[in-house]
Amino acid sequence: MGIQVIIEKCTGCKKCVLACPFGAMQLVDKKATINYDECTVCGACANACEDDAIVIERGAGKGTENIEQYKGVMVFAEQHAGEMKNCSYELLGEGRKLADKLGQELTAVLPGSQVEHLTKDLFAHGADKVYLVDNENLASYMTDPYATAVAAVIAKYKPAIVLYGATTTGRDLAPRIAARIQTGLTADCTGLDIDPETGLLLQTRPAFGGNIMATIKCPRHRPQMSTVRPKVMKKPEPDYSRQGELIKVPVEINPKSIKAKILEVIKEAKSTGDIEEAEVIIAGGWGMGDATNFKMLEDLANALGGAVGASRAAVDAGWMSHSCQVGQTGKTVCPKVYIACGISGAVQHLVGMQTSDLIIAINKDPDAPIFNVANYGIVGDVFQIIPKLLEELKK
Amino acid sequence: MDIIVCIKQVPDISEIAKVKTDPKTGTIIREGVPSVVNPFDEFAVEEAVRVKERSEGEVNVTVITMGPPQAEEALRKCLSMGADNAILLSDRAFAGGDTLATGYVLAMAIKKIGAYDMIFCGQQATDGDTAQVGPSIAENIHIPQITYINKLEVQKKKIVAHREIEGGVEVIECRMPVLMTAVKGLNEPRIPKYKAITKALSKEIVVWGAADLDLDMDRVGLSGSPTNVVKVFSPEARQGGQKIQGLTYDEAALKILEILKEEKAL
Repeated sequence: MGIQVIIEKCTGCKKCVLACPFGAMQLVDKKATINYDECTVCGACANACEDDAIVIERGAGKGTENIEQYKGVMVFAEQHAGEMKNCSYELLGEGRKLADKLGQELTAVLPGSQVEHLTKDLFAHGADKVYLVDNENLASYMTDPYATAVAAVIAKYKPAIVLYGATTTGRDLAPRIAARIQTGLTADCTGLDIDPETGLLLQTRPAFGGNIMATIKCPRHRPQMSTVRPKVMKKPEPDYSRQGELIKVPVEINPKSIKAKILEVIKEAKSTGDIEEAEVIIAGGWGMGDATNFKMLEDLANALGGAVGASRAAVDAGWMSHSCQVGQTGKTVCPKVYIACGISGAVQHLVGMQTSDLIIAINKDPDAPIFNVANYGIVGDVFQIIPKLLEELKK
Repeated sequence: MDIIVCIKQVPDISEIAKVKTDPKTGTIIREGVPSVVNPFDEFAVEEAVRVKERSEGEVNVTVITMGPPQAEEALRKCLSMGADNAILLSDRAFAGGDTLATGYVLAMAIKKIGAYDMIFCGQQATDGDTAQVGPSIAENIHIPQITYINKLEVQKKKIVAHREIEGGVEVIECRMPVLMTAVKGLNEPRIPKYKAITKALSKEIVVWGAADLDLDMDRVGLSGSPTNVVKVFSPEARQGGQKIQGLTYDEAALKILEILKEEKAL
C-alpha cells in the first residue's frame, strides 16, 4: 500500500513535479522523487504522468458488503420549525439529474416533528419517494437523534448516493453519519456528476481556499455521500402535479439518549438578511472607516433586497459581527451580485467570495487587488458614490 | 478536569498566494511555504487554556495532532500558548488518510489518553476546509458534539455553549464529556511571550506511531479511506474585468445602477 515511482519507467519529464499541489515531488538525478513528508497521496502526479511511472496502491480495506444492493439517490431534506431550507430543493434538482443518468429513483429523507405537510413540496421539486421520520424528539435539529433517524433510513433503504446541504446542520450531521455507517463523505462540493463508465459519483470540490479543485470518488463504500455548497446548484421549478410515494419510517429515539439540549435560539438582530441566503451582498472593509458608516451599506442592502457582509479587517475592528464576515475565517458566499466597498481584496477575503456571479468593487486605490477579480471595478470614493446610488435608487 | 485539543498544521494561505503558483499550471508550489497552526485551532487551544486559567480545580490540557514529524513545530506553538502536554501521531501508515481514517486514528489516540471531559477542535482546517474530523472523532468515541461554538460557559458537570447557525445562535446545554468545534469570535488567541516560548521548547513531545495504538489497520491511512482523489486541477483564475476610472460620483452611481439593471438585480 502506498505511492511510489517506478524509476525504470520515469523519463524525468517533470510533469508530476508541476502537477503536485503540495510541492512533494522533485527531480533527483533526473528521476521523479517523492518527499513523503509532504505527500498527501492526492494522486495529481499519477494523473499527470504519461508513462505510468507513478503507482498508487490502495489497500483492500473493508468496503461495504453487498455493494450492488445500493441504488438510487437520496437527499437529506433539511427543515427548521417546519420550514424547508432552499438548499434541499437545490439538492433535489441536482439529485434528479444524477438519478436520471443512473436510471434510478430520487428519494428524500425528511426527519422532523409534524412535518408531513412538507412532503408535497419535495415531490413537486423532483422526489419520487419521501421517507418521513416523524418523531417528537426530532422537533429541532440535534446531532444525535437526527443521525439516528437518517442512518436508520439509509440502512433500511440502501441508497447509492446521499446528498446533504453544506449548511451548519448538514456539515454537523453528515460526518457523524459517515463515521457511524463507515462510508466516505466529501465536503462542500460545487460539482457532481456520474462517471459514465463506472456509474460512480464524481464529486468536485475546492480545497486550499479555492486555489485547487479536486474530483473525488468513493468506489468501495456505500452510500457515496456529499455535502453540497448552498446556492451553487439550481433550484428546479416546482411541479405540483407530480405525484410520489410517501413512506413513513418509524424510528425509535430514546429521549434519554439525547445528551445535549437546546435551551434557546437567539435570532441575530439585524436590519438586513443573512449572507448565506442573499442574492445580493453589499460588503464593507477597512475603507469604511468606522461602524457607523456601515449604515449606508445597510440602506443599500435593503434597497436591493440583500445582506451586508464585511471583511476580516472590519470585523476585527469591531464594526460588524463575525457572522457577517466573508472569507477564510468567515463564510464562503456565492451570491448573484457582490458589491465590495472599501475592501482591498486580501487573498483571505477573495477565497470567500470569488465564486460570486458578478463582482462590483468600489475602491479609492486603483491598485487594490480586489480589482483583479471584479467584473467591474469603480475607482472612486465609497462615501460619495454610495449615497448618490441610494438617491438614484429612490427615484 | 482533562481537556484534549486536536490541531492540524497547515500551509499559510496568505503565503501560498504571495509566494508561488506555477505560472504554467497555476498549481501551488508548497516548497518554502511556511506552515502554521490552523487558524481555527488557535481558538480551540486558547479556549482550553482559558478554561484551565478560570478553573479553581486542577485542569490538564493535552494537545494532539496527526502529521509528519515537522508538525512538532505546531505542537510547540500550542504548548507556548499554555497547553500542558503534546502528543504527535506520526507514522507512514497514517499517510493519505481521508477524514474518516483521520478521525478514527485521533479517536483511538484519545481513547489511549483515556481521561477527557472536553475535546476541542477548530471548526475546520484551512487547507481541506472539510469540518468533518471533529464529528468523526465524537462518533468514534460515542460522545455528543457541538459544532461552531462562539461562546462557552463551563459549569460543574455540564457546559453551556453558543452554537453559531445561519441567522443566529443556539444556546445548548450538554453534559460532559463533549466535543466542541470553535469558530472565530470564541476568543482572541494570545500571542505567546518569550518566556512561554522558551519554556515550551524544553517540554517533551510524546510521539505515538501505529504500533502504539490499538488500531484496526484496515481503517487507517489509504486503505482505511473510502474516498480518493481522482483528479486535481486548477480552477480557471477569475479575471478582472473593466476598471473604470475618472468618473464623477454621479456617473459612477449611474454606472453601478446600469450594471445592476443589466444583471437583473433590480
